[in-house]
Amino acid sequence: MYRLKYEAELKKLKLSLLTLCAEVSAQIENSITSLISCDIALARETASRDDIIDNMELDIEKQCHKILLRENPVAKDFREVFAALKMITDLERIADQAEDIANIVIGFGEERCAVKNFENLLKMSKIALEMVSGSVNAFIKQDIKLADKIAQTDDELDFLFLKLKEDLIQRIKKNSEYAEDIIGIIMIAKYLERIGDHAVNICEWTKYFEGGLKELK
Amino acid sequence: MKLKIKNNNTCDNFFTQKTDIITENLNLYYGNFHALKDVNCNIKEKMVTSMIGPSGCGKSTLLKTFNRMNDLVEGCKISGKVVIGGKDIYANGIDVSLLRKNVGMVFQKPNPFPMSIYDNVAYAPRTFGIRKKGELDYIVQKSLVKAAMWDEVKDRLNRGALTLSGGQQQRLCIARALAAEPKILLMDEPTSALDPISTAKIEELCLELKENYTIVIVTHNMQQAGRISDYTAFFLLGELVEFNTTDNIFESPEDERTENYISGRFG
Repeated sequence: MYRLKYEAELKKLKLSLLTLCAEVSAQIENSITSLISCDIALARETASRDDIIDNMELDIEKQCHKILLRENPVAKDFREVFAALKMITDLERIADQAEDIANIVIGFGEERCAVKNFENLLKMSKIALEMVSGSVNAFIKQDIKLADKIAQTDDELDFLFLKLKEDLIQRIKKNSEYAEDIIGIIMIAKYLERIGDHAVNICEWTKYFEGGLKELK
Repeated sequence: MKLKIKNNNTCDNFFTQKTDIITENLNLYYGNFHALKDVNCNIKEKMVTSMIGPSGCGKSTLLKTFNRMNDLVEGCKISGKVVIGGKDIYANGIDVSLLRKNVGMVFQKPNPFPMSIYDNVAYAPRTFGIRKKGELDYIVQKSLVKAAMWDEVKDRLNRGALTLSGGQQQRLCIARALAAEPKILLMDEPTSALDPISTAKIEELCLELKENYTIVIVTHNMQQAGRISDYTAFFLLGELVEFNTTDNIFESPEDERTENYISGRFG
């Protein structure tokens, strides 16, 4: 076997990517748990960890940069580096949105945290969480079928967002006293909907990694 | 102006169809050594096709079958077919000189003749009977322009070709090949002895020439194959392992051996 240094660099890249996946999954899980259980301490801890994710993204970017510049990867190696570069952008955005959700939960405070009254938001939280962990799992297992299945659930998330938005408009029309909280809720819902989109992107890049551009058609 | 040939054939009617190169069950032996094994490929007209593979895999041997250079090798036996432009080039009665005039070749090491730049380029037209200075001047200029070196040498055409740099010598060899008005240009590692700038000039030239010529290039430089070719063929131990568009070969090769070779894991 030739190119042992190159092999070691590719192995390190994959490990870094898997570590970032695990960290982002934990972030989204914690932000949603803090939302559902009105756990302000957990929300604060989640928000504070975003810098760690940003640094991990930067580290992976540097690794990809070095490999592209010095090793001229082709075929599956190239797809791995290219997919990694695309995926870390989505993972970092998911983490940003987890931080944004955590900050809104902190803004609510324990007393005003009335999330339990919004059933569709809870459903959206559950789906978004499943989509992130599912897309990351599909990547780890290199499972194109799972990636396809996860990507399809995004329609459900979009549908729930529209229903929730309609519900919130009606609530504001009836009683504007809680408008501030409702705006917080709609922002969270939008973040969850965007998290779903990023999870779909991760599924797409998993498919690309496995089969190249033809998988994206 | 068309190059006229003594026996009244013109280069245009040597090939009767598009100059695709098709091999059918091509086997080649050097004595007992089986150098090409059942090679079937279809090289498309006016495209650049790269042949890659480890040393000794048969890519240069295949290149040489396209203008019957292997005829000169003792003990060389060939079975199967090589059809170029609708013509079986190993059939009885083929004029090999005319074939080689239509299928030009450039070698790894620049090999200009020890004569002037002008005489190098005028060599083939003179061989095929052109004597008038006006016609020769026209062909020499046209060929040097096509080889992207006219501006560099137009004021010193009578200087010895061996005074040129390696990169210029190689482009002169390309000009010399083009002066015969071939349809196909075979290039056997044409830039392996050149610096990056000369290499870039030859690569640029390939991309320009493919508008009018079918180009087949043997290269050990994977990046070069990726940069300039439309199709890539990977050979291993005399076998054509994979032939596909260059994009497919370098992004998603079908055969694991291709993937391992292009990513530098063996070879």
